[in-house]
Amino acid sequence: MCGIAGLIHRGNTSNVGFELQGMLQALKHRGEDSTGYALYGKTDGQNFIMRFKVGENVAEGSSSVKEDVSVYDERKKIVDSYLSELGAKVIKEDRILPYSLRYEIQYDKDLMEFSQKIESVEGVEILSMGKSLEVIKDLGNAEVVCNRYNLDKVVGTHAIGHARMATESGVDIKSAHPFWGYPFSDVSVVHNGQLTNYWNNRRVLENKGMRFMSECDSELIAVYLAEKMRNGATLEEGMKESLVGLDGVFTYFVATKDSLGMAKDTMAAKPLVLYESDDLVAMGSEEIAIRSILPQEIETYDPFDGEVKVWQI
Amino acid sequence: MANLKTSEKKSKAQSMGLHTEVLTGKTQQKFFNPDEAENFYYFGTYDVDFNKRTEIDVKNMDCREANKKIDELMKDGYGTIVIKNPQGKHSLGVGILNKLNLIFEGSLGYFGCGSMDGPIVRINGRVGWSCAENMMAGKVVIEKNAGSCFGAAIRGGDLICKGSVGARTGIDQKGGTIIIGGDAGAFTGFMMQRGRIIILGDVGINLGDSMYDGTIFVGGKIGSFGSDAVEAELTNSDQDWLKRKLKVAEIGENFDVSKMTKVVAGKKLWNYDALEPTEKKGAI
Repeated sequence: MCGIAGLIHRGNTSNVGFELQGMLQALKHRGEDSTGYALYGKTDGQNFIMRFKVGENVAEGSSSVKEDVSVYDERKKIVDSYLSELGAKVIKEDRILPYSLRYEIQYDKDLMEFSQKIESVEGVEILSMGKSLEVIKDLGNAEVVCNRYNLDKVVGTHAIGHARMATESGVDIKSAHPFWGYPFSDVSVVHNGQLTNYWNNRRVLENKGMRFMSECDSELIAVYLAEKMRNGATLEEGMKESLVGLDGVFTYFVATKDSLGMAKDTMAAKPLVLYESDDLVAMGSEEIAIRSILPQEIETYDPFDGEVKVWQI
Repeated sequence: MANLKTSEKKSKAQSMGLHTEVLTGKTQQKFFNPDEAENFYYFGTYDVDFNKRTEIDVKNMDCREANKKIDELMKDGYGTIVIKNPQGKHSLGVGILNKLNLIFEGSLGYFGCGSMDGPIVRINGRVGWSCAENMMAGKVVIEKNAGSCFGAAIRGGDLICKGSVGARTGIDQKGGTIIIGGDAGAFTGFMMQRGRIIILGDVGINLGDSMYDGTIFVGGKIGSFGSDAVEAELTNSDQDWLKRKLKVAEIGENFDVSKMTKVVAGKKLWNYDALEPTEKKGAI
């Protein structure tokens, strides 16, 4: 089934890594094959943060690949050389795990060309690219992933996350949510549900030059919205169009550097509980996710079918 | 009520919330047999005293511990139990087959008060999906909003939400009454088979989709009718019943029931409509 959670602090910052970890851990019964975080931190807005992987989490049983970890060093070297060719300057480099890296980069050219070049290296995928967004996803439940990547100290304005029960694609990082809204910086998506016109939409979007990294139907939402925005639609307009363009049952969240949105399909077949106040919006597949950060009695509600909402920081 | 002998067949059905009401002598009555009395008792029912009251804090309990504690308290004769700090936990207050005053001081998660028969429950908070699913009898009052599948497959009793509810309210309903003070989502009354739903606010798309019996009353706007749902004449007896029901439910004071829209099944089902009313009950 999968569980999703999201929150946005309006007008201030908070320890969003810790808060989202609590929300997702409360939903772990909805799936703990993998967990993903899209955290929007406070940055100076000058450089890009690129989170990327050079392989899968083989040690934890990734179903997508059985590769030798020794290839990761070689892939990293190729990525470094491509960055140099692209004119991107690496300001800071962190190798958090053998397969997972975080680069702070100075770069001011086209992100699509950049991504295509970097991802032409076998096994390499950019998990996120943005000036405040960082996507961290891996196998295991929320607590395991949080501890593995030290996320509980991350301060920011908003965040979305996903606890995954794999149903239609593999147990691996490439199929885990959140998905980056390639090629737009700072756009991420999480989804609970199934999309039934995935292949039809994928073929159309690939013909338009959009890229898919997995066979997970949820990735379609990120690509679909990115393509709408590329053609001039606002985030909210793209989300409203998705209610018609995407077939199936879904509730999804999408975040940009300064906003957080939710959309629910016209059948209202997937759950969502929402809490909204002047300074905080918190939402999740179940109320217990919200209760992990707001244990007191609060006013919550289920958005109706076909509803789209967007909040600003 | 419409004159069943003189009115047109379609309006006869609609006035009763049924398709056909013409008796043809096929009705089978079922009587209680004292020799089978032992089959009519539930295991785990107790003599309780409503004046014997206690509170339990379930903050650090899982749903099994909390439900077991409620059962133990009923066994000790407590007839009024207050649950503190439910904090959105799932499956609280399920399977209670006893008379009981149960009060939740807070919100419930999924399947709250499911499969119960007899208690009077007040929830001073919100409920998640499938509240009171399969309820046989009793009364559940929710002070705030409710999630989807509210009152799914209930067979009896009164289920009252003073706020708004999600999609598929009263899905597969087989009896009883559901009353909503606010708005209701899409597919309300989906595959409804018996009973009544009252919505004082607006309702979403596909109202009463695939319903084959029962009646829905809507006070506000209707997004759209579902397949098989049609509008029927709101009779004086309907209005009297609505006023009485809303008064008992302590909801919608001064609400003008004469403006409500009555919705019933419009499709004739070949097998189902061949049955007499009491046979339909048996069939369901």
